[in-house]
Amino acid sequence: MEYRDEIYIDVKPEEFRSKCLELHKKLSSPVMMYFAVDEGPGKKAFSVYCAFLDWAGKRWVLVRMQLPEGQARFESISKDVFSAALFEREMKEMFGLEPEGNPDLRRLHLHEEVWLEGFYPLRKDFIPPERAQKAEGSYRFKKVEGEGIFEVPVGPVHAGIIGPGHFRFSAAGEPVINLEARLGFTHRGVEKLFEKMPSAGSDDAVSFSERVSGDSVFAYSTAYCQAIEKIYGILIPERAQYIRAIYLELERIYNHANDIGGMAVDVGFTFPNAFASIIKEKTLALNEKISGSRYLKGVNTVGGVNRDLGGSERKVLLDFLDGISKDFRELKRMLLSSISFMDRADKTGILKKKTAVDLGIVGLAARASGIPMDLRKTFPGVYSAANFKLVREEEGDVLARLNVRLREIEESVRLIREFARIMAPADISAAKKSAPEAGCGIGYAEGWRGPVLFWIKTDASGRIERCKIVDPSFHNWQGLCFAVLGNIIPDFPLCNKSFDLSYPGNDL
Amino acid sequence: MKNILKNRIMKGVVTEKLGEDLKAHIFKKFGRSFHIREVDTGSCNGCESEIIATTNPIYDIQRFGIDFVASPRHADALLVTGPVSKNMAMALRKTYDAMPEPKFVITLGDCALDGGAFKGSYYVVGGVKEVLPVDLHIPGCPPSPLTIIKSLLAFLDT
Repeated sequence: MEYRDEIYIDVKPEEFRSKCLELHKKLSSPVMMYFAVDEGPGKKAFSVYCAFLDWAGKRWVLVRMQLPEGQARFESISKDVFSAALFEREMKEMFGLEPEGNPDLRRLHLHEEVWLEGFYPLRKDFIPPERAQKAEGSYRFKKVEGEGIFEVPVGPVHAGIIGPGHFRFSAAGEPVINLEARLGFTHRGVEKLFEKMPSAGSDDAVSFSERVSGDSVFAYSTAYCQAIEKIYGILIPERAQYIRAIYLELERIYNHANDIGGMAVDVGFTFPNAFASIIKEKTLALNEKISGSRYLKGVNTVGGVNRDLGGSERKVLLDFLDGISKDFRELKRMLLSSISFMDRADKTGILKKKTAVDLGIVGLAARASGIPMDLRKTFPGVYSAANFKLVREEEGDVLARLNVRLREIEESVRLIREFARIMAPADISAAKKSAPEAGCGIGYAEGWRGPVLFWIKTDASGRIERCKIVDPSFHNWQGLCFAVLGNIIPDFPLCNKSFDLSYPGNDL
Repeated sequence: MKNILKNRIMKGVVTEKLGEDLKAHIFKKFGRSFHIREVDTGSCNGCESEIIATTNPIYDIQRFGIDFVASPRHADALLVTGPVSKNMAMALRKTYDAMPEPKFVITLGDCALDGGAFKGSYYVVGGVKEVLPVDLHIPGCPPSPLTIIKSLLAFLDT
C-alpha cells in the first residue's frame, strides 16, 4: 500500500527560496506548513520543510532543504510570501535558526519575560535553563502614534470563560486603527512532548493528540492517526473512514452551534444563545451515547476506530438528526429575522478576499471570504460517495461567517444521513503492524475551523523524532487582526467570536 | 421548540435535587450567592466548555446562586484550569492577589492538579498548587457538568 498524496522536492539551500516562491505562485497555495527538523543528536544539522497544497493535483507538495552542518541560518521567504512570516518566527525561537531578511523575529510562544535567550526547546540537545536563571526581556508592541491615538490593552485574563491572550488596540475615537494579538499564553511544549512518547502507534500517543485542543478532539486524533497510518502503510477499512467522517461532522455541528450562540450573545441577544447551548448539549449527550465520550475521546486508534456504530446507535443518531435540523431552522429564523442582530452582523469585521489570500487564511474563515478551500473537497475520500458540497460566502463579514456555519450544519446533517445510509457492515480497524517503520508523513483533517495538520517523522524503533502541528488558528489569528480594522472596539467580541479561534491550538 | 422544552424539563429533574441542596448551603455560608472567577492557565478548552455547559438552560447553575463573574474583584473563588504554562504563572498570581478575602482556589481538570498529560514539559509549572494554595480539586478530563456541580456541593458542605 502506498499513499500518493504527498511529494517531496529536495533542493539545495540556495535554491530553496526560489523554489518556494515558484510553487506558491504556480499552485496559488499559501504556506500551509513550514518547519525545521533537527537531524541530530550527534551532528549539528537542520533541515527545513515548506508545504504547499496542490489543489488540482490533490496532493501536498513539500520543499525540503538540508542545511550544511553547523549552519543555523537560511534565506527568509516571508518578504514575498506573507503566510510564511509566523512560521519563521517560530523556527527562530524553537530551533535558533535565523531566517535572514525577516524583519520581525519577536518571539511567539516563549515569552521574553519568562524564557531566556539561547535555549531552543526543539533542538535535540536542548537542556532547560536552571530555575534560578531569570529572564528579563520584554516584548515590543507595534506603536501607532499621532494626535488623539490611545491604546487599549486587554488580557491575558479576559472577562469570559475563555482562553488567555493579549490584545492591544490602537484607536482614535471609536474605530480601531491597529490590533496586535500577543498569544502563546497557553504554550505547553506539545511538540516536544510528542517526542517523548514511547510508541507513535500506541493509544497513549493518540490520546495525547486528543488533549492538544479540546474543541477539536476528533479532528486532531484523526489527523494524528492518519499521519502514522501513512508512515506505517496501513490502509484503514472503509467502514472506519465512514465512522471517522460521521464524528468529524458531529464535532462540526456542536462547535458551530456554540459559535452561533456566542455571536448572538456578543450583541446582547441572549435568548438564541440559550437555545444554541441546548443544541450543543444535546449533541454532546449524543456523542456520549454513541461513542462513550462527550468530546469523542478514545474513538480513534491507529488503523481505524475503537467502537462501531451499530444498529441501535445508528437509530439514536438518525433520530437525533431529525430533531436537530428542526432546532437549527428555528435558531436561524430567530437570528436572521431580528433587525437589531442583522444590523450588528451585516458588514461588520470584513475580511476581504485579497487580504485573506495574502495572509493565507484557511478553513471556515477563508470560505466566508470567497475562497473555495476545504480539504473535504480536495481529498474527498468517503465524502465523494455522499456528494459533498462546499459552502462558500463572498462578503467576508460577520454575517458571512455566520451563514457559512448555518449552511455547513445543514450540509453536515445531510452528510451524516448519507454516510449512515451507505456504509456497509465490515471491520472497523486494520490489523496492527508488528514492526514500526521509520518515515515521515502528513496527516490532515478538515476540522470545523479548518485544516488540522500533523507532520510526523518516526524512527525505526517506533518513536517520534519530530511532530509538527499546524492548527487553522495559527493562520487565522492574523485574519482577525485585519478584519477588525475600522470597526469600533465594542464590535471586537463579535468579530472575535465570528472567527472563534483556538488559543491552545495556536500556542501548542 | 417543543422537544427542547421537553428535554429541558426532563433533564431538570436530574439537577433539581442537587441544586436545591447547593442553594441551601450557599444561602447559609455565603449570604445567597457564590461568585467564581475562572482562569485558564493553558487548558485545551475542554474544561472551559464543560464549565460553560453548567450555565446552559439544562444545568443552569445560576438559579442556585452560583455565578461566573468577569472580575476577580467580585469573586469568592478562583476556578483554575490548565497545567499552568510559564507564560500564565504571573497572570494567575496577579488575578489571585486582586481578589478580596476570604477567597478560595478551586482547580478543575487533570492538568490543573499536577500538569496531567503535560507533566514534565519544559514549559509547564506543573499544577496550580505550585503557584497558589488550593482548596478543592475537581478531577476529570474534562469533568462533566454534573460532576462539577456535585463537587461544588461537596465542597460547600465541608
